[in-house]
Amino acid sequence: MKTDELKKVASQVRRDIVRMVHGVASGHPGGSLGCTDLLVSLYFQTMNLKTDDSDSVVFDMSGTGEDMFFLSNGHISPVLYSVLARRGYFPVSELATFRKLDSRLQGHPATAEHLPGIRIASGSLGQGLSAAAGAAYGKKIRKDNHRVYCLMGDGEQQEGQIWEAAAFIPHRKLDNLIAIIDFNGQQIDGPTDVVLNNRDLGAKYEAFGWKVLHMDGNDMDDVVTTLAKAHAAGGKGVPVCIIMKTEMGQGVDFMMHTHKWHGTAPNNEQLTAALAQLDETLGDY
Amino acid sequence: MKTYTFTEKKDTRSGFGAGMAELGRTNPDVVALCADLVASLKLDAFIKENPERFIQCGIAEANMIGVAAGLTLSGLIPFATTFANFGSSRVYDQIRQAVAYSGKNVKICVSHAGLTLGEDGATHQILEDIGMMKSLPGMTVINPCDFNQTKAATIAIADYEGPVYLRFGRPVVPNFTPADQVFEIGKAVVLNEGPDVSIFATGHLVWQALEAGKLLAEQGIEAEIINIHTIKPLDKEAILQSVRKTGCAVTAEEHQMNGGLGDSVAQVLSLNYPAPLDMVAVNDSFGESGTPEQLMEKYGLTAASIVAKVLSVIQRKNK
Repeated sequence: MKTDELKKVASQVRRDIVRMVHGVASGHPGGSLGCTDLLVSLYFQTMNLKTDDSDSVVFDMSGTGEDMFFLSNGHISPVLYSVLARRGYFPVSELATFRKLDSRLQGHPATAEHLPGIRIASGSLGQGLSAAAGAAYGKKIRKDNHRVYCLMGDGEQQEGQIWEAAAFIPHRKLDNLIAIIDFNGQQIDGPTDVVLNNRDLGAKYEAFGWKVLHMDGNDMDDVVTTLAKAHAAGGKGVPVCIIMKTEMGQGVDFMMHTHKWHGTAPNNEQLTAALAQLDETLGDY
Repeated sequence: MKTYTFTEKKDTRSGFGAGMAELGRTNPDVVALCADLVASLKLDAFIKENPERFIQCGIAEANMIGVAAGLTLSGLIPFATTFANFGSSRVYDQIRQAVAYSGKNVKICVSHAGLTLGEDGATHQILEDIGMMKSLPGMTVINPCDFNQTKAATIAIADYEGPVYLRFGRPVVPNFTPADQVFEIGKAVVLNEGPDVSIFATGHLVWQALEAGKLLAEQGIEAEIINIHTIKPLDKEAILQSVRKTGCAVTAEEHQMNGGLGDSVAQVLSLNYPAPLDMVAVNDSFGESGTPEQLMEKYGLTAASIVAKVLSVIQRKNK
């Protein structure tokens, strides 16, 4: 898909995010808006996904013969749900059930309700990279030459388990794994470097044995190019970590440059103001 | 009282190792993971014969659980192994989210459970793991009693689809169950039939229950002795069927009274058939350093303790 087309999808996904969160008056719009360009690029351009004869995506839990994505910072579920629905994993109309009783779209991603596209629960932070490592290891054992992508938050890098996985993955030469850190510098209680400074994440991952790339996560051209570079860097014995600079709340001016929209839903007026900034390119759900 | 004999004392962890060695030869999907305790878990034979299916995770148990969960996606059957303390309380959140809630086919196989870990002391003597694990929806919890049963359980759980916590130990204990037994998850094993009292034992306490049965027989008391190797799902029918006959029961386990087998049996009885019940278990206390024998004696996890509790519940029944 061309970059212009990806941008159109991203605009619709951002509309979905603010509408979903507004619809249930809860959820996490900030990080979702910041990671929209990445997820759109992954699912509409970068990843090799299983499809049927009519080119519709087909989900099976194993992920055999296709690339896989793991969302470790599960609280940005709105962006994942919107992108999965827009890509065709489940009906777009189902986005209206987000966080509501009897929905498959749980507050944080889960497998218990069998939502297509979700392979493991996430929400309790720090666990996704380990699951992605297991999936990548499984592909090695099964000789399945596809990639495994894992998105984490930068605040999430404060969890100890991340560094267990960060040591394990290069040691086991899981060069089919691409980790991405959403480096927006914000977490619930404030700026990340104030709450608990991560210092130089790129240098830390390099010291652990990763190849580190940097990209502007809100520049679709850069996202597409860097993901392609990361894919090409695979298979050489070294895993890749992308430090992805984003703006929390990207696309909605009053949600940017603050941590306040990490887990806050817009009211009616704020929703109107947000939607006025986002083109309805594919039709609202 | 039926007589049980054994030719050899063996450790249950070696039964696990033997089961893994057999699975390595018979099931190409089985993968072993370990957190720097290969010799303690008796994985040497599996690793020697299947080096490509062994994943050394280092001293990083949280990551090991996550990796195991991820491996299941390819249809592999990961056996994640470490000491019971580090495979339960240390990684409870990982097991809860990535394994139990996510419904992943991970086998968490842990050694050195309970007081019989011995001299290393209370930091390593987990006595709360059964309670933690049985609280998780969908988790199967198994605590076999000897070498042969642990080997059979190890092989059986590979054929079962779903998360399992398999708990075993360090010391050598009488190996008395049949080598050719078929292990049925969730199916209690009646070792002795008797009308006077039901003794429900698990793990290392099963042999102590048999010893208690002999002592009781000398006093003219015929105990029904049942091996509850699977604590969840619990064989409620077997428990109720026995207590309906005997009218009283004693449980025995190497675990805290809070959250253990005794708790589970108490729930079944109080909801269905209230009857005098007592428990041989550790009573809200941590362990300490000592030999396994000294510790089991000090904390009252012996045949003599079972006998004393049996006499007490029979008295209550007859009031």
